Amino acid sequence: MDRDTLSLFAGIGALLALASLIGCVLKWRCRGADSPVIDNLNARINAWWVMVAVLGGAFWLGHGAVILLFAAISFFALREFITLAPTRGGDYPALVAAFYLVLPVQYLLIADDWYGLFSIFIPVYVFLLLPILASLGGDTTGFLERAAKVQWGMMIAVFCISHVPALLTLDIPGFEGRNLLLIAWLVLVVQISDVLQYVCGKLLGRRKIAPRLSPSKTVEGFAGGISLATLIGAGLFWITPFSFWQALAVALVVTLLGFFGGLVMSAIKRDRGVKDWGHMIEGHGGMLDRLDSVCFAAPIFFHLLRYGWT
Amino acid sequence: MNDTPPPPAGEDLPPPLPPPRPGVGLAQRLLARLITGFARLLTGARSLWRGCLPEAKQRIYFANHSSHADFVLLWSSLPPALRARTRPVAGADYWQRDGLRRFLIQRVFRGVLVDRERQSAERNPLQPMLDALHAGDSLILFPEGTRNLVEGGLLPFKSGLYRLARACPQVELVPVWIANLNRVMPKGRVLPLPLLCTVSFGAPLTLDAGESKDAFLARARDALLNLAAEAD
Repeated sequence: MDRDTLSLFAGIGALLALASLIGCVLKWRCRGADSPVIDNLNARINAWWVMVAVLGGAFWLGHGAVILLFAAISFFALREFITLAPTRGGDYPALVAAFYLVLPVQYLLIADDWYGLFSIFIPVYVFLLLPILASLGGDTTGFLERAAKVQWGMMIAVFCISHVPALLTLDIPGFEGRNLLLIAWLVLVVQISDVLQYVCGKLLGRRKIAPRLSPSKTVEGFAGGISLATLIGAGLFWITPFSFWQALAVALVVTLLGFFGGLVMSAIKRDRGVKDWGHMIEGHGGMLDRLDSVCFAAPIFFHLLRYGWT
Repeated sequence: MNDTPPPPAGEDLPPPLPPPRPGVGLAQRLLARLITGFARLLTGARSLWRGCLPEAKQRIYFANHSSHADFVLLWSSLPPALRARTRPVAGADYWQRDGLRRFLIQRVFRGVLVDRERQSAERNPLQPMLDALHAGDSLILFPEGTRNLVEGGLLPFKSGLYRLARACPQVELVPVWIANLNRVMPKGRVLPLPLLCTVSFGAPLTLDAGESKDAFLARARDALLNLAAEAD
């Protein structure tokens, strides 16, 4: 890891330490009274320590480990998505292919740096293959819906998430050997936007922004979170190939995409009648609850960089 | 039968045949760990103790049955200490079909095999389960008797649960709802899909004084269906 990466992680560590301290003080001020909001806050902060440690460990181990980590994340996300998307017995061959063939192949293509194929593998080849497999089952009930659900799961949980490690494949002149910092910047800006939306919403939130999709999102949270996270992204321009103003613009784009990603994924959860995608991350819900914003931001961030900076 | 005092584990009562307790060696224990670990990794095996706690009490866990992997997941959902004293009840006809299955059910899972086809009329088909209970073990039982391949709901319960409850009133009867496992391994498929499953443990039931067989079985079935409705 180079010095920039180390100082970045040191900064995140300091921020988390501050968050843990605030969490402790808030808990102490309750004096034993039950406060689900503060308990959830502390659970979230503790989970952040773990997530940062896991990502930091993968960074330390190198590119292969980061690709493997995101393959695992895709696996957990896809498992949550397909669990909530009702499929039928006839979808079994398509689902076997999705989990055991498409997911590993997508990440192998990224490890192999084969842009020409990993960028169209799922949207073209898999898009056609999966419904063919489903049709062999001979079950026509809800066929289009079932095919669409499996394809959507592939796009969100595998294709979109795989664009985070795909950032390692970009050749940016003058930025050689520092591509891990692109991942760090993207994940940090998008996630801190989520955190700041949550904090601003809890402190100042009055007007709900999308009451039917996500009752916890407020106009104040949206405005405060997006603008602060955009400023943080711009302030971190020195770890990116961007100038200050470029970093500001790109940060605005990815935080907005992240916000709408959260909204879209909430709409799906509402429709299925659940609050969270899963339970694997204490305080946050499932893997997809934590990554919904990254899913939407990563592919656009990747292509903006590829178009404008390579 | 009703006025017999609850037997202290392993003593007393009609001289039970020495229960079949094949030695569980290190290799078998490791294999069991491997299989439960794999089941947990694949399904995320979330155990929800809604109506009782994972305590070292003698119990019959009775669950819905939609997949051959049901007992593996239920078994994996128990803490290791309870798992070591809990034995799945399985159909002899299926599990004795070949050497591998026999090895797995007898050596690895320490299953209690029952004769679903009642080949020998003189032997009580419940006897192996009673033996296991008298030896102090807990059981995993699927009162529907066979896999239910229809989405949702439960088949009518067989009477075994009632007769075990009468014979062993000290044993807690815990309803367990296994959700989603039928999608993990649909009928006739070998390769399991990784999908999240939940195993919900409900409040223990006991047989009421003078409760008829039909009333008790209906109550047990309702308890399981209520658990399913809660879990959704």
